[in-house]
Amino acid sequence: MHGTRILQEADRLMTVCNSCRYCEGLCAVFPAMEMRRAFSDGDLNYLANLCHACGACYTDCQFSPPHEFNVNVPKTLAIARAESYAAYAWPRALAGAFARNGLVISLIAALSVATFIFGFAAANDPGVLYGIHTGPGAFYQLMPHNAMALLFGLAFLYAILALAMGVRAFWRDIGEPVGMTTDRKALLQAIRDAGELRYLDGGGVGCFNEDDRPTDRRKLYHHFTFYGFALCFAATCVGTLYHYLLAREAPYAWWDLPVVLGTLGGLGLVVGPIGLLSQKWKRDRVLVDEQRMGMDTAFIMMLLLTSITGLALLLWRETGAMGPLLALHLGVVFALFITMPYGKFVHGIYRFVALVRYARERRMMEHS
Amino acid sequence: MTRRFDVLVIGGGNAALCAAISARRAGASVLVLEGAPKFYRGGNTRHTRNMRCAHDAATEILTGPYTEEEFWKDLLLVTGGQTDEELARFMIHESKDILNWIVEQGVRWQPSLGGTLSLGRTNSFFLGGGRAMLNALYRTAEQLGVDILYNAEVTDLRIEDGMFLSAQLKQPVNGKTEVRASTLVAAAGGFEANIEWLKEHWGEAADNFLIRGTPYNRGSILKMLLARGVQEIGDPTQCHAVAIDARAPKFDGGIITRHDSVVFGIVVNKHAQRFYDEGEDIWPKRYAIWGRLVAAQPEQIAYIIFDSTVVTSFMPTLFPPIAGQTVAELAGKLELDPAALEKTITEFNAAVQPGTFDHTILDDCRTEGITPPKTHWARKIETPPYLAYPVRPGITFTYLGTRVNKQARMLMKGGKPSANMFAAGEIMAGNVLGKGYAAGIGMTIGSVFGRVAGREAAKNARN
Repeated sequence: MHGTRILQEADRLMTVCNSCRYCEGLCAVFPAMEMRRAFSDGDLNYLANLCHACGACYTDCQFSPPHEFNVNVPKTLAIARAESYAAYAWPRALAGAFARNGLVISLIAALSVATFIFGFAAANDPGVLYGIHTGPGAFYQLMPHNAMALLFGLAFLYAILALAMGVRAFWRDIGEPVGMTTDRKALLQAIRDAGELRYLDGGGVGCFNEDDRPTDRRKLYHHFTFYGFALCFAATCVGTLYHYLLAREAPYAWWDLPVVLGTLGGLGLVVGPIGLLSQKWKRDRVLVDEQRMGMDTAFIMMLLLTSITGLALLLWRETGAMGPLLALHLGVVFALFITMPYGKFVHGIYRFVALVRYARERRMMEHS
Repeated sequence: MTRRFDVLVIGGGNAALCAAISARRAGASVLVLEGAPKFYRGGNTRHTRNMRCAHDAATEILTGPYTEEEFWKDLLLVTGGQTDEELARFMIHESKDILNWIVEQGVRWQPSLGGTLSLGRTNSFFLGGGRAMLNALYRTAEQLGVDILYNAEVTDLRIEDGMFLSAQLKQPVNGKTEVRASTLVAAAGGFEANIEWLKEHWGEAADNFLIRGTPYNRGSILKMLLARGVQEIGDPTQCHAVAIDARAPKFDGGIITRHDSVVFGIVVNKHAQRFYDEGEDIWPKRYAIWGRLVAAQPEQIAYIIFDSTVVTSFMPTLFPPIAGQTVAELAGKLELDPAALEKTITEFNAAVQPGTFDHTILDDCRTEGITPPKTHWARKIETPPYLAYPVRPGITFTYLGTRVNKQARMLMKGGKPSANMFAAGEIMAGNVLGKGYAAGIGMTIGSVFGRVAGREAAKNARN
């Protein structure tokens, strides 16, 4: 017996799949399944987080609906995955944030933006908010750098703490696999697998989205999104180092490293999320955890807003719109940080841990 | 259908699609009539997993060479010589090229996953299984401009003196129920899903058979062809049957209802009596005989009985074993006579001789002094919980078919080749497989003769 109805269903499906195994070449889920004969809650949550939702096993399955065996692995594991995010949420009291996630994230984002605009307006006279500021330290006319760094540093640290606690809960749930944390090769393998989205390709055929043809472009859009995000994050880090190590203050020239990284990242973070949203729109509902479409959409929208407001700030930073745009951008980024542990962002963290475990299990098998 | 097609393909599985694709590539206009709805398209191909092809060297999907000669010897072994040698050797030779041709049609073989997957030497596995393979063939056919209709049940064939004229559809398409074409490729499978037809040869026992594959292989096209003068081949009483879980659905349970735990225990009938040497032979021969053995038992039911020491020795099963803490409790759950089952197990245990168990070889663990003996892998059944799987005969396919030549052209009674009718796949498998089976040969027959039939039909249509 399992803790939830969806894990009960996941167990039923893994029992069917383990007696078939035709899909073992498609991804990591099925080989991981084959290493087991029975499935604990933790095993099923591990498999659910290992699944990249490529859809190939559904299209290839001779037992998918309307067959009486009613095998729909992508949808079942998607629901199990989402339920696991809530189960691992820290503090527990905030697990409910996953329930109506789209609404929760939108409210927090709106509140955060409003607070920054209101805060800027209250802290400075209106002339400052709508004034034209140029040269080093222009942004800090509106908010002192140290205050900005402290506020965002705290928000970021909180996100890291909450995510780490979530990973700890996941780790315990999957039975704290021995040797996983010290296996450097498994870690490197997982970094490679995550970095190239190795398992989002239907075993080489391609992924499925709107129908039974492998025409899905999510992998490409995800790369734009992920690497765009990474470049933006790098831009922020470089800017911080410039400030504290070299005493060079923002805004930087268009050719300077933080701006180059931020612009490239920002563009990736526009193309990627728009692509992902369009794919999500078209996706065959039979593969989707429909109840939680809002969670995915909210996170993608947050990323898109981050990049659009950041690029707008870059374009109009020498005009009177800079003040409101800065407030908007900072509000969105702040909301992104504090909602990270309570939304779709966590999928990457748990999936990465699952990939490390899988790499470790594979290595153990090959040495046994 | 107002237009007249060069090639009409009846059926929608591996053989049908290979025929449609090769005919289309040869320049013919092609219509495929699949009697099943879209999800169930492809007959038994949906449930397949691999194909047996000859090849001269190891590849990234095959661990070593499998020569034409070795393939032929294997075929000879399983059929006991009941095969058309010329046709079989032709098929084996053609199978070499099929390995590459099928990839050109979009089908993917499963590469090695670095130790997780054990690849075969003789058989190549479809990535994602048979339905994935079918999906690829359908995509290719559609891209090439092959017309495909689903739910297109054919109720009649007009054939005059070995010449196909038209097919009648149950449901009209564009207001017409008659489809005319220059040539016909029949690739509509066998009759294993037609219980009434099975009963003609098996009697009432067929009511207790389970059909492992598609419910749509009812043999109607085969019946029409044989009734209109096509020469038949193969034994109508022959079918490939294995022991599958009695709890499986009547149709379409597929691969996952099979059991290979016979070797780890004993098999009793509804009177709790053993009836055959469970340790006679190694997989896959063992696998292929138990369907028939169970079919010969009262009510076509049997029970594989084993104990808790062997539960992890075979692949996980779809249905869990039925368990009892004592033999009597297990017997109660199976509705067997407890005293009879206890007696059978006690006598069996007493007859087990010491030996070194190794299920990969014909080991020296055997019984002495009981009938039937268990000549290998015999170990005592004594560690509770006691476990059982109920099994029934699971029919995979039938052997009766249409006679063909090397062009896949049907031969009429009296031996005259048909003017414009070709056959491929299960509907003509009996030419190559008089009896017996070896994994993946059905798909070889389908792809090789499908490809040939399509090519020849296209040529025929344009002359």
